[in-house]
This record gives sequence, C-alpha cells and structure tokens, in this order.
Amino acid sequence: MNVEKAEKIRMILQKASVGIAGIGGLGSNAAISFARAGIKRFVIVDFDKVEESNLNRQYYFRDQIGLKKVQALKENIERIDESIKVDFFDHRLTPGSMDKPFHDVDVIIEALDNAETKTVFIEEIMKKLPDKPLVACSGVSGYGNSERITTKHLGNLHMVYDEKALSSDDDVLMAPRVTLMANWQANIVLEILLGEDK
Amino acid sequence: MIEVNGKQLDFVENETVKQLLSRMKYTFPLVVVKINDKVVPRNDFSEIVIPDNSKISVIHMISGG
Repeated sequence: MNVEKAEKIRMILQKASVGIAGIGGLGSNAAISFARAGIKRFVIVDFDKVEESNLNRQYYFRDQIGLKKVQALKENIERIDESIKVDFFDHRLTPGSMDKPFHDVDVIIEALDNAETKTVFIEEIMKKLPDKPLVACSGVSGYGNSERITTKHLGNLHMVYDEKALSSDDDVLMAPRVTLMANWQANIVLEILLGEDK
Repeated sequence: MIEVNGKQLDFVENETVKQLLSRMKYTFPLVVVKINDKVVPRNDFSEIVIPDNSKISVIHMISGG
C-alpha cells in the first residue's frame, strides 16, 4: 500500500461532507462506502421507514424493519465508524425547499427513486446551488448490462446514466445493479473531493 | 450547427427547446436539458430559444433508486 497516498486521502476525506437525498437503494449503499472510505460528516434526508421489501438491495437489516431509514442508516454508519457525524432530516423533500438541508455540504448525491422527483431535485439544486457538485443517477433497474452505464459530466452535474434502462415501474430493482450504480456515484464523489487519481 | 448529445444538427432559427425535443423525436416525459452547461427549467421549454453553436445535453430521467 502507498502509505503516503493513503494518509493524504485520509486528511482530505476527514474534513469532507456529503449530502444524500434519499437513502433507499442508491443512497444507503453509497453512504456505507463513504463511511468506509473515511468521510466524517453526512447529511441524510429521507421520510421512509425500513420495509421488508427493501432488504433485497438497501443497506438495512431484518431487525431494523419499521425503523425510520434515517435512524437505521445512522446506526449502520456508526457501526462502521463511531466518530462520523450524521445530521438527518426525517422529512420528504418538497419543491421549493429541496436545497435547504444541503447548503453546507461539499457534494450532493441525488439518490431519489421517482423520475419526477429526481428531475425537480436536479433542476432546483442546479438553480439554487449552482456551484455545488451534484452527482445524480438515472436508469438503475434490471440486471446485467453493466457496460451500458456511463458517466456524463455536465459542468457541476455528474450523471451516472443508463439511458436504455426501463422505469422501475416496469422492471425489477436488484442489489447488484443498484449497488453498482450507488458505488459508481460514490466513486465520482471521491474524484470530486480528491481530484483525479493519476 | 448545434450539438445535441454529441450529435451535430442543423441550426434552426427561433427553435425552442420544446421544438428541438420534438425534432429529435425525444418523447421521454422527464428530461433534464442543459444548454451550454446551464439547466433549462422544464416550464421554460416552450419559451427558450436555442442559440446557434449551442452544445445541448438531454438526459432522460428514469424511475428507480
């Protein structure tokens, strides 16, 4: 291992913060990777409770069914690193105030499920926080077809994208592809925080 | 000329975002459109006119997360 590089990364990430909008399949899995990578401050927003049907892809456990997702994920993050500070907002993101929880984070992850909400969120963040890097995702459903996934860098908007994927209303959501794209988002966040890995 | 998702297209005078999407035969209900890296709100699709030499990205938002 390159000890010098690891130390440099540790120093940067321990001062970094990420905001996560939605902690279902994308957000919960990205959060766990951030915790393991060494990011020490999180802002997470979700209104949902953990349900049995989430366990096929979201980072929760059987004994957390019925808990608020924000509470359950905070616990899971702290099981990895108790020095992480998690601020959570247990409410639905509503148009007009979607930017509010995210003003003081370094990077925002869009990890919402519904296409309409995703679109409104991206529009609102780009308008109100134009200087904030935003990493969004579209097209997670199904399995296989990893090579169709691409990254689109559009100024401060970075999209993990499979334009050929179907809506989750007409397809299935499965752990391999959802976690792949969640970690793809997380990997872009590291690039944003640390600079390109040369 | 304009560029849409990496494809070169003829410039059409006074073409709005809405007209461009229909020329491209993009029928997705939910898209994020960026013109020269600026996001265009959906409410303005029928008013905003595409300038010549624009670089446009149209991203189709798909449910699932």
